[in-house]
Amino acid sequence: MSFGPTTFISAAGSTPVLVIVIPLLAAMLAPIVSRIHRSVGWYLATTATFIAFLLSLSLLYTVIDGGTVSYRMGSWAPPMGIEYVVSYFNGFVLAVIAFISFIITLYGKKSVEQEIPEQKIPFFYSAYLLFIAGIMGIVITGDIFNLYVFVEITALSGYALIAMGKDRKALMASYNYLILGTIGATFLVLGIGYLYIATGTLNMNDLMQRLPEIYDSTTVITAFAFIMVGLCLKLALFPLHIWLPNVYTYSPSIVSALMAATSTKVMAFVLLRIMFTVFTPEFVLEVVPVTKILIVMSCVAIIMGSLIALGQTNIKRMLAYSSIGQIGYITLGAAIATETAMTGSLIHILNHALMKGMLFMVVGAVVYKTGIVNIKDMEGLGKRMPWTMAAFTIGAMSMIGFPFTVGFISKWYLATGAIGAGMWYLVPVLLVSSIMTAFYFWRVVESVYFKGRSARIDTLKSPHHSDEAPFGMVVTTLFLAGLCIYFGLWASGPVEVAKNAAAFLLGS
Amino acid sequence: MIEIILGKYNYWIYIALMMIGFYAMIAKENLVKKILGMNIFQTGVILLYVSISKVSGGTVPIIWDKGGPYDNPLPHVLMLTAIVVSVSTTAVALALIVRIYKSYGTIEDDQIVVINSHDGDKEIPSEKASTII
Repeated sequence: MSFGPTTFISAAGSTPVLVIVIPLLAAMLAPIVSRIHRSVGWYLATTATFIAFLLSLSLLYTVIDGGTVSYRMGSWAPPMGIEYVVSYFNGFVLAVIAFISFIITLYGKKSVEQEIPEQKIPFFYSAYLLFIAGIMGIVITGDIFNLYVFVEITALSGYALIAMGKDRKALMASYNYLILGTIGATFLVLGIGYLYIATGTLNMNDLMQRLPEIYDSTTVITAFAFIMVGLCLKLALFPLHIWLPNVYTYSPSIVSALMAATSTKVMAFVLLRIMFTVFTPEFVLEVVPVTKILIVMSCVAIIMGSLIALGQTNIKRMLAYSSIGQIGYITLGAAIATETAMTGSLIHILNHALMKGMLFMVVGAVVYKTGIVNIKDMEGLGKRMPWTMAAFTIGAMSMIGFPFTVGFISKWYLATGAIGAGMWYLVPVLLVSSIMTAFYFWRVVESVYFKGRSARIDTLKSPHHSDEAPFGMVVTTLFLAGLCIYFGLWASGPVEVAKNAAAFLLGS
Repeated sequence: MIEIILGKYNYWIYIALMMIGFYAMIAKENLVKKILGMNIFQTGVILLYVSISKVSGGTVPIIWDKGGPYDNPLPHVLMLTAIVVSVSTTAVALALIVRIYKSYGTIEDDQIVVINSHDGDKEIPSEKASTII
């Protein structure tokens, strides 16, 4: 328990905790400094997320060079103290999350100013930064109870963010999410309690070492069941998804983008982490055949998500149901549990964060400029907002899994992984869902480019002229669109990291 | 059988509390009653944690001359955190309910569903929304 100067004073040693502390401090500062000027909140949020992104990038490089980094909270040695761990696996996810949050913050200035009442903007940024600190904490922590606390921090700030939507249905969406999210989190903490009864420890590494002896104990199996159900509720796996569509539809644009890109992805990450690093692959494959259940559930999620998305008229709701389908891809790769499929699953966390974040940013830009959310009203928007709609088209192609886009890479790894594991019957599921994805995105692309102008657009000012979204919004959206293509063409970098992470997870 | 029921009565109470709370969260239409259910639900979990910290014959976990077996203090500390989480969730939920009442004029879930299905997208009246942060 020595308070070594190396751990406390040197900035390099404290990088893992600074990733959390900086957004957290900024969240506290936001309401205060916004008294100076209302746009200070945005500058603060951008700076904080940018620093967090740089720190997480440096952490990722440290991990690639020198292996797992561990930080002892208050210098208390694990398993007693809380430990922050950065390995291949979560270092990658951390960098992705930090990057996406930075880009979305950069994008959001105008959108927030328009959609959030002026006196609430300081508090909006406070909750926003708290949300980001929470998701980063979920990724980085090595203590399972600390994980629960971060899950609740994220959720609570999330409820506040959703309720700031303009439509009054946002309030009910937030309330329903609160009820279901609390059920999920309480199941999680109940499962953690049972794990603590069985092992007497809360440190994830320690749990992994102590659990295998008692795998046949009913306490451990009950704990696992509670944690799985709780997490599936939080990540909106198909039958437990009912909170998600309304949340994505009615929250402010920037919140939809942030939540679609990060929150469910992070919960999927936690699912992977608990399945494979707290429990071991033998447990999930042999002792409790949860992967078999998860394969069925994922397939149902993939098909049903795409099917319901087909019938939507509101574009935000369509993207929300599409997200439910995409979550299925991530859990499917995890459930197949071979190295290739797992790589596909991990790379899909990055890819889907890129694609869905970007698509919601496009919708945010359209809402900012025209207030349109119905697909029918979007007719003729291709001429009006050419750059934004180009980004949308790239995102749509990527979601379908068009070659040379990121969506293709993850589907390729998932499909080859499924075939490699002898589960060829999963390939048609992927194909059918891709076709349905093509259908529902084509409806939008068709109405944007190949129809006349809708009545709604005719009523706007200067219906004939190009009327692009503000520069900041367009540039960030196009940047993500560019990355969708860049990582589709030169995928070796992220794939390499994801492969290592998959090997780490499967313990080989 | 009697031993399982009486000897572990605290666990039975915890299960009963959780089920009562869970039922209220799902089945009640009144939004405030759902939150009451949520509190009971979370209290059940707190009871579980506190129960498991008891060591038979254990005393208060303060190191002093007599020594002896101590109760495990960790679950209590964990539950302090969980209580804070529960309180803040309740606060957020109640703040939401106030805003829901102001914009819908009711806090019955079934009536709100009817109102939502009848009218389209309706914005929150701004002067009402601004009273609560």
